[in-house]
Amino acid sequence: MIRFEDVTVTYSEALSPALRNVNLNIREGELALLVGRTGSGKSTLLRAINGLVPHFTGGLLEGRVTVAGRDTRTNPPRELADVVGMVPQDPMSGFVTDTVEEELAYGMEALGIDPQTMRRRVEDTLDLLGLVEIRDRALLTLSGGQRQRTAIGSVLTTNPSVLVLDEPTSALDPGAAEEVLAAIQRLVFDLGLTVLMAEHRLERVVQYADHVVAIETDGTVVHGPPESVLADAPVAPPVIELGRRLGLSPLPLSVRDARRETASWRHLLDDSQSAAAVPVSASGESAMVANVDHLSVLYGNFAAVNDLTLTVKRGEIVALMGRNGAGKSTLLNSMVGLQKADRGRVQVGAQLADPFGMPGHELLKHVGLVPQEAGDMLYAQTVAAECAAADRDTQAVSGTTRALLEQFAPGISDETHPRDLSEGQRLSLVLAIVLTARPPLVLLDEPTRGLDYPGKANFTRVLAQLADEGHAIMLATHDVELVATTAHRVVIIADGELVADGTTEEVVVSSPMFAPQISKVMRPHPYLTVDEAVRAIEAVTQ
Amino acid sequence: MGRTLPRYLHPGAWWVWALGMAAAASRTTNPLLLGLILAVTAFVVAARKPDAPWSRSFSVFLKLGLVVIAIRLVFQVALGSPVGEHVLFSLPVVPLPEWMASLRLGGDITAESIIFAACDGLRLAVLLACVGAANSLASPARLLKSMPAALYEVGVAVVVAMTFAPQLVTDLGRVRQARRLRGRTNKGLRGAGGAALPVLEGALDRAVTLASAMDSRGYGRSGQLPVRVRRLTVLLVLGGLLGVCIGLFGLLSADTSVFAGAPLLVLGLLAAFTGLWLGGRRSIRTRYRADPWELPEWLVSLCGLFAAAGVITAGIINPASVTISVVPLMWPALPVAALVGILLGALPAVLAPPLPAAAAVRRQPGSRAGAPVTRLAVDA
Repeated sequence: MIRFEDVTVTYSEALSPALRNVNLNIREGELALLVGRTGSGKSTLLRAINGLVPHFTGGLLEGRVTVAGRDTRTNPPRELADVVGMVPQDPMSGFVTDTVEEELAYGMEALGIDPQTMRRRVEDTLDLLGLVEIRDRALLTLSGGQRQRTAIGSVLTTNPSVLVLDEPTSALDPGAAEEVLAAIQRLVFDLGLTVLMAEHRLERVVQYADHVVAIETDGTVVHGPPESVLADAPVAPPVIELGRRLGLSPLPLSVRDARRETASWRHLLDDSQSAAAVPVSASGESAMVANVDHLSVLYGNFAAVNDLTLTVKRGEIVALMGRNGAGKSTLLNSMVGLQKADRGRVQVGAQLADPFGMPGHELLKHVGLVPQEAGDMLYAQTVAAECAAADRDTQAVSGTTRALLEQFAPGISDETHPRDLSEGQRLSLVLAIVLTARPPLVLLDEPTRGLDYPGKANFTRVLAQLADEGHAIMLATHDVELVATTAHRVVIIADGELVADGTTEEVVVSSPMFAPQISKVMRPHPYLTVDEAVRAIEAVTQ
Repeated sequence: MGRTLPRYLHPGAWWVWALGMAAAASRTTNPLLLGLILAVTAFVVAARKPDAPWSRSFSVFLKLGLVVIAIRLVFQVALGSPVGEHVLFSLPVVPLPEWMASLRLGGDITAESIIFAACDGLRLAVLLACVGAANSLASPARLLKSMPAALYEVGVAVVVAMTFAPQLVTDLGRVRQARRLRGRTNKGLRGAGGAALPVLEGALDRAVTLASAMDSRGYGRSGQLPVRVRRLTVLLVLGGLLGVCIGLFGLLSADTSVFAGAPLLVLGLLAAFTGLWLGGRRSIRTRYRADPWELPEWLVSLCGLFAAAGVITAGIINPASVTISVVPLMWPALPVAALVGILLGALPAVLAPPLPAAAAVRRQPGSRAGAPVTRLAVDA
């Protein structure tokens, strides 16, 4: 269905090709998964399928890409719209109209499909993706999962035979991600659609894939069935990591596979009394650096944060979890004084000061926040200029920020433009800027969106180091695997109210939605990470 | 004819009707006729207004009309020249230099001049009310959707712009917050400049993404028109619109004869429609749930035209009957032709199909645009 024949893509002004000698054949009805590190050319490969590369982006494409027998060389993207449905990474940025129903019809209008067929397909698609209730809602008012499903629906109505998705679940909470993945699965299994999707959080999708395409950093491609490709790919979800470390064969792709293959070890663990190595949390007497006391934040008469009480101590890493729109960002914003407390109070920093109305340069000494769009905080033309500006802003000794950056992400050139950094490097830069003033409390809003597994591993290391140095860290995240490996404590909020607050083991293991894969595999033993599980198993088998 | 099923009337029909009413109002200063037009318009709005955010604009336009009347009166009192002999009160005359002799500040204020100004202001206010009626009866988005195929691209651009603007405001807020997080000030020119760059970069990025998304979804697949046809289209549309403008001007200003305006208006309309038809002929695009133009649409449009025709006819038969006479001060006449025409204009209240049940009961006012939006803007 999708065929790449010796394809090499080189963008103008690029030193090396983004894709190199790619040969690929994805057959009809397959669900193919595209994996690779950030910046490895995943988007380029996806966009080559409907001819956006090179017709829209420019650059040089050598070789041949054909979709359903049509050559992208002679067919620009608009002529392939009836064959390839392309869902962009941020669904909101691709919406043309203003309501769900109109958006579903837009593509068909452009193709000149007759009104009766249009109406029928819109109704079918509304049912298929569960959008009936929101059919005349404005797109701006939809939640993340609804937006993503609308975006998928809007390309489905043109009846394409290929669906291409660029990280469809990266911005979604676990529940909404399930919702979208279930919809995609239905399309593959019931409608026989060929789907190619890029995804960072492999643990969510790898068990459904027929075919895995791995892009190496030099732009070459390895592909084949998931078991063989992932056996030595640089990116692997925890179950596969566990399988590799324990030498399981065939490699388990799902929690179910892994549970079956590790059953005998779990029985051994049942008999032994070895306790799990619990990450050492901050001791009880360390100083408090955040005190949220019966806080309520109202938008009109909607309480985004509702009577919430929470404290954070030095050396703690606290994960803040909950659905999209549960009030996580609002809580973080009020902790840095971007949002006024309507009731209750917020105190942060070593002196437990009220952050609201505090002048910017003063604020940084008490608390720092890395916002969701980390790039918003970068304005300069080079990394060096950005670091120098941060030193000036905080009256720090010249070179402080640069030294921090070197510690988090070594080897970034001074002259690099901040926009050209990879996601992980950009996050490191913003974190370095925030830490220049040495705030005792650091808040991070969805920091690992767009980070691949090695990037996340590095980020975990940095956080642990900061906690050791006595910083308190609070991060809002949807990434259960990150929480399992990083956090000491987990706070779950729903509808602005605190639902659970306890150690990672207590909170995460008991929740079906937030439990990490290893915990599901090792249940009832409270292991959260591959390391813990492997160590425990090794201990009992020796 | 059986019972009309509930549906939305074509927005174009509402506009034709409202413009007809507006044309009727513009040709008269007779307060009886103006009051009648206002009552008829309000009656139809009350009967067929859907419950949507945009349909609350009628009252806004009414208030605007009151402001217009007030301004007109203030100007009359301050600057108007005295007409008639019924002096109500006197203001001190401000002496003006010789060369401004034609102008007068203060002096005697007569009942005649006040009444004249009030009727003149009322005419403008009623015109505004007619526009407000069209605005609250017909959804702007649906009106854009029913644009002729040749103008479709313009419609898309307007819709995209309407969704881009709020996004830009959100971006600006986010970037300003980020500046504070870096310990910078948001005040002054430097603060504004510093925030502008990231916002513009973001907007540019989004525009490029949107363009690529539209391209992938088949935008612009229509066959290309030959250059000559395209030029002819542009010429016809622009020329036609110019004709329409001049014709309307002639028709609406009470000073010129109807016969000067009407032919030009008709010619202009013909040219514009030919152009649009030519331009849209080669487009392969189809419409999703296009609003049909059926009997109710014809009837509603005709009702508006009757109202205009009634007042214009009354003006031809007896020009004095449609104007307010202040010297001598007389009770205004009620010309039969105008009366019948305007009353016909009330018929859309029953001729237009009833609203779909969903539009009447669906949402409580404000429930849609309230809290969830803010919440998403902050948390999504």
